[in-house]
Amino acid sequence: MNHVILKNSQSTAISNIPLLDYSLFYEHVLNLLKDNACHCVNYYAYKENGEQLRMICCICNDNTSGIYVFSHIYNLTSKPALESLTAVNTGMHVYEREITENFGVEFINHPWNKPVRFPTNGADKLKTADNYPFYSIKSHELHEVGVGPIHAGIIEPGHFRFICNGEKVLHLEIHLGYQHRAVEELFINKKSTFEKTILAESIAGDSVAANATIYAMLMESLGNIIISRPTSISRTIAIELERAAIHTGDLSALCTDVAYQLGSSVFQGLRTTLINTFLKWSGNRFARRLIRAGANPYPLNNELKKLILNNLESFETRFNEMADYMFNNPGVLARFEGTGILTKEQAQLINAVGMVARTCDIPRDIRSSHPYYNFNEISHKAICLDSGDVQARAMLRRLEVTQSLEYIRTLLATCDEEAATYTKEIKLMPDAFAIALTEGWRGEHCHCAVTDNKGNLKHYKIKDPSLHNWMALALVVRKNDISDFPVCNKSFDLSYCGYDL
Amino acid sequence: MFDLIKIWKHQGRQYIPDVLSVTLPSIHAGKPQIEAKSCKNNCKACKDICPSKAIDINPVNLDLGKCVFCGECETLCPEKKIAFTPDYKICSNDQSLLMIYEGEQREIKLNPDKIRNEIKRLFGHSLKLRLVSAGSCNGCELELNACGNVNFDMGRYGIEFLASPRHCDGVVVTGPIVENSVEALRITIEAVPHPKIFILNGVCAVSGGIFAESNAVNRSILDIYKPDLLVPGCPPHPLTFISGVLALTGRSA
Repeated sequence: MNHVILKNSQSTAISNIPLLDYSLFYEHVLNLLKDNACHCVNYYAYKENGEQLRMICCICNDNTSGIYVFSHIYNLTSKPALESLTAVNTGMHVYEREITENFGVEFINHPWNKPVRFPTNGADKLKTADNYPFYSIKSHELHEVGVGPIHAGIIEPGHFRFICNGEKVLHLEIHLGYQHRAVEELFINKKSTFEKTILAESIAGDSVAANATIYAMLMESLGNIIISRPTSISRTIAIELERAAIHTGDLSALCTDVAYQLGSSVFQGLRTTLINTFLKWSGNRFARRLIRAGANPYPLNNELKKLILNNLESFETRFNEMADYMFNNPGVLARFEGTGILTKEQAQLINAVGMVARTCDIPRDIRSSHPYYNFNEISHKAICLDSGDVQARAMLRRLEVTQSLEYIRTLLATCDEEAATYTKEIKLMPDAFAIALTEGWRGEHCHCAVTDNKGNLKHYKIKDPSLHNWMALALVVRKNDISDFPVCNKSFDLSYCGYDL
Repeated sequence: MFDLIKIWKHQGRQYIPDVLSVTLPSIHAGKPQIEAKSCKNNCKACKDICPSKAIDINPVNLDLGKCVFCGECETLCPEKKIAFTPDYKICSNDQSLLMIYEGEQREIKLNPDKIRNEIKRLFGHSLKLRLVSAGSCNGCELELNACGNVNFDMGRYGIEFLASPRHCDGVVVTGPIVENSVEALRITIEAVPHPKIFILNGVCAVSGGIFAESNAVNRSILDIYKPDLLVPGCPPHPLTFISGVLALTGRSA
């Protein structure tokens, strides 16, 4: 076999992962990716010792819920140049860029091998955020517009460089890295299970439940811990509530960007109802404190269940009436429809994930393809739209909010009470590899962990859905007026810190 | 038209009339209190579990500027000495006032001697701020955005976030201040006209938080620019931020 097949949140001895030489590795990746049901969820490298890198590739099959994992050993002393996968499959671009940036591996024929995030321990110290190699076109007719890193608003930093012909955008290049905190390194440097839980919560402060849950899944898988049904329900509900809350907030922001004041205010107020539900559940408005590896400190009791149901009810009526009104407002529709179109072909090409893929009629959703926790019993069907424009991304949010509320109600009805349990140190399986995925509101989050022979974490890899989807934003603004950039950007609402790590 | 009126009516009153006297749910992790009880068997469970090294013992004390409000010390303490209260007024301009010692009962306040004279005089009615996120996780951004929404409506006090630093009276920083964004932060602070105020929002900005030991963090800029306000929290609740700024500009005790 050229690969080992794992399920979501499964671990295996590292020796079970086949080692292929690069030509076979290369062929195998491309062969698997020929099937449209397969997409690469992680491909990364880490130093096994001073002289060699282990490159691990994880490819998900959406039809069989299997994850194919295989690897290649790269010699850091001889440093051979490798044939680029990106040259054949564009979706691999960011993985190879990351490997080049971290370890100086050369990929032959990579069409766009640009820096990803300027990490502190990068291979080439001369590459810094100040000398990013922007693409440029020499012409008297065209002009460039630089935006950022500091943007107009309360938002994270990133630099956008447009090449425009008059008001029309021809090209956009997005340069990130300003938020780099070396999170993956800290996962190794911090020692206790609990410290790392707090770190997982802070990977992206808008996807706390999604990231904290994957970390818990990995630790429980490597520590051979089986969690109770109420605990799993509690986490599933947290991720769905997070989805509903952030989607609602994004609808407000979309309204703001097209100067629709009513929607902007009402959806903001509605989001407060949802995040204050978290506040009453765990004491934090963004689901911090709620998810703990191997434990459930805030179990759902009858009082909480009642509170959640009441809040959902009060939310849903008001949400529907506002959404109905907004999606019938000609002023809003004129700005949303046909703006920032991502085609299905483009989405497939760049390996788009999550809600961006689903607005291009690609039913990519970890909840249905690689179900975790209670999605094994809910037969989740991904909602798909096909216009790929701002309107689709707004409408999908509306539909997904309703779907998430439905799931929360179904799960609450079957959730038994349990006593609170608290974090303890988890002993991990030595020399093992584990992978876990969840479908956060942006799309699939994937974390991989590798342990050493003493059962300590040796490497931790985080992939945010934004790693793929930033390229979608760069593509959709082409041929649009530059003044539509804000609403396009907001319609994706991608993560800077999740990408920069 | 009638649909519009219905929407308006169903929203009810969203704004909080007085942001300085809200009772948050008792579970909200605000100001912690440490009771003066003796610890048995040389217990240091709180110190050992703290993910951001905010706690020390003999006597037990907690640095709010480092605390991530995970509440784990409260859970683990066998004597039940530590309790997080819903008190959200936890801003100060003096690091020493953010230290909470066992047995101590006091409100967290600003040190009036450290508030520069021009702050009250110039910013008491209108304060425009520029946010710079320097390695933040977007949690603080979500809450700072919420400060201006229909619920908290910070704009009623003349406090607003603006786009251009040239139009602003001060800079708010979130995140531990990372190497890759330090230059952008420096340029932004320089671009704000004098006199200006400087606010560190969130545990990462105040002390580095859980990222303090990261190689990617470079806090040397704080040797040059001294903060006028420290806003603890992870992320700080909008009421924490607003009450802190009101206190700084002389609009509350």
